[in-house]
Amino acid sequence: MTTQQKKTDEKSNVLSKAPTGIVGLDEITAGGLPAGRPTLISGSAGCGKTMLAVEFLVRGATQFGEPGVFMMFEENAAELTANVRSLGFDLEDLVARKKIALDHVHIERSEIEETGEHDLEGLFIRLGHAIDSIGAKRVVLDTVEALFAGLPNQAILRSELRRLFRWLKDRGMTAIITGEQDGGNALTRHGLEEYVADCVIVLDQRVQEQIATRRLRVLKYRGTAHGMNEYPFLIGAHGLSVLPVTSLQLDHQASTQRFSTGIARLDEMLSGQGVFRGSSVLVSGAPGTGKSSIAAKFIEAACQRGERALYFAYEESKAQIVRNMRSIDIDLEPWIEKGLLEVHSSRPTLLGHEQHLVMMHDLVRAFSPTVVAVDPISNLFMAQEDADVKPTLMRLIDWLKKEQITAILTSLTSGGDATSEPEDSQVGVSSLMDTWLLLRNTEIAGERNRTIFVRKSRGMPHSNQVREFILSDTGIDLVDVYRGSDRVLTGSARMAQEAHERAAATLHGQDHQRKLRRLAGKRKAIEAQIAALRAELESDIAEVDFTVAEQTLQDKITHQDVNAIFQRRGGVAKGNGRTLEKQ
Amino acid sequence: MSATVSATLRQAAGAIPGFQLRLYIAGQTAKSVAAFANLQRICETHLAGRYSIEVVNLTKTPQLAAGDQILAIPTLVRRLPEPIRKVIGDLSNEERVLVGLDVKPVGSRVS
Repeated sequence: MTTQQKKTDEKSNVLSKAPTGIVGLDEITAGGLPAGRPTLISGSAGCGKTMLAVEFLVRGATQFGEPGVFMMFEENAAELTANVRSLGFDLEDLVARKKIALDHVHIERSEIEETGEHDLEGLFIRLGHAIDSIGAKRVVLDTVEALFAGLPNQAILRSELRRLFRWLKDRGMTAIITGEQDGGNALTRHGLEEYVADCVIVLDQRVQEQIATRRLRVLKYRGTAHGMNEYPFLIGAHGLSVLPVTSLQLDHQASTQRFSTGIARLDEMLSGQGVFRGSSVLVSGAPGTGKSSIAAKFIEAACQRGERALYFAYEESKAQIVRNMRSIDIDLEPWIEKGLLEVHSSRPTLLGHEQHLVMMHDLVRAFSPTVVAVDPISNLFMAQEDADVKPTLMRLIDWLKKEQITAILTSLTSGGDATSEPEDSQVGVSSLMDTWLLLRNTEIAGERNRTIFVRKSRGMPHSNQVREFILSDTGIDLVDVYRGSDRVLTGSARMAQEAHERAAATLHGQDHQRKLRRLAGKRKAIEAQIAALRAELESDIAEVDFTVAEQTLQDKITHQDVNAIFQRRGGVAKGNGRTLEKQ
Repeated sequence: MSATVSATLRQAAGAIPGFQLRLYIAGQTAKSVAAFANLQRICETHLAGRYSIEVVNLTKTPQLAAGDQILAIPTLVRRLPEPIRKVIGDLSNEERVLVGLDVKPVGSRVS
């Protein structure tokens, strides 16, 4: 019975969690922070402890109906309110609506003299009063360690802190206690981790290649499974956002709707209908192969259909793009004016790539486009170590797919010419892409020409042929390349070859004509010969006939003569006459 | 003030700027009682006629704790003369209380 009892108890004791409402964090912690228990957030200065704590309270108060008390030991209420306004949190309003209570605890060491026994009951009373005044369920103490500098008696402080955390637990408060990490091995300067044993989250800010990235790790979470990795996180315009790449599921919808890339011949290569809605298209190629032009065309086509498009440019400014695209007959300006197109230019090195990602999230959410172009992703992400790039990109692409937003991403390949394999220079992003257009420069006979081919395109039959890709002031055009038995020609080499072929064909025709004429002549000659021969034959026949007639006549005459002689002699020679007749 | 445990003790001190003291306690604990007793004794000894004491019981009026930034209990706050000074503890060490309140002990020789 006892085991049975125990089992049911355990079941009902499944750790209840208080969702933080922070994007990604609840996924990592499988639901949030331990409800009714304190959690330690530790990290060095400036890594976002206070922001995380504030968001925990604000989301709790606004989304989960759990008011909270923010007890600050460093900033004062006005400073904090100003600081978090950048995240879109209006603390003043929340305080006025009794959703949040702020209490600034400030102690000036120089003002205080210690004489004899005391405790920190005053802190408990203040906290208790704040909790009761709004019916709080959540508490943040930021940073309670400041007390160590302000209060003279460390022994009393330590025992009181222990009592405080116990007290918070007894009151069922889901609490965040922040602690400063100062480079040593300890999580916090004054060893707060000793007292807060249920859940410890470590924040960290690192600078790599001059770009700072914040990371979060759940060091410990008693009684629950949690993501163990370090997750990059960002503080954006809508609060924190943790990026748990691995927790994303591959469950997005797949649309069967397709639309044009804006280049008719390219659509033709993609079985005549263009790309799927919500798919991702990678356009990769060496410098100057026309990646941006394809992206711009894609965008223009979307705008022409009346859809909204968002263009992230990391190489050119908005004005520059508009000007440059005009040179190939793509005018983006009217769409910008109409509000269908938004071009967002920024420097790749401005932020870490996670920050870029969050910025993209924010902008995409705000603008809700159907097509997003990122030009180029290589610049954006290559600046940093490769291991980080793929997850970030994966998250971006996954998210766009989930939102059914078609993405066109350009990527600069480092290999400058056709001899190096462009696919090798990618960060393995191609496996994430549904359609991959590869642009190449081919250099023949002293000129470079652009070629394009569809390297892959999931879910549709697509051309296996290389096309020449021509940018001119009338736009983008694809033409068939010259495919000889052993080579592919482009540009003027192709034209030369075509001219050559035309000449050869003309020549060939003339030769034929000549042969025909010669044959006709020959025929005439032969016919003449035949006529002559026939004439000869006829004259022979005539000759023969004449001879025969002559002979017959002579015979007749001879016969008559014989008869006449016979008659004259009076004999009978009938038979002889017949014989003579025959001769 | 309803917050005071005992009546404000005010000696008629004329125009002389006196010591305006406030003692924060939380209920009638041993420390609170001791602190109040010690304070009265010290004031009578060294500040006779120049002081007033206000006792604030935070268990009854917790909202008052924030105003003087009270954490430790008991805390004695010297509100006047300025600047504000605080002495925490049960005030058992008379010498340090006097240092904390910046009061010259009666009977000490000025050297």
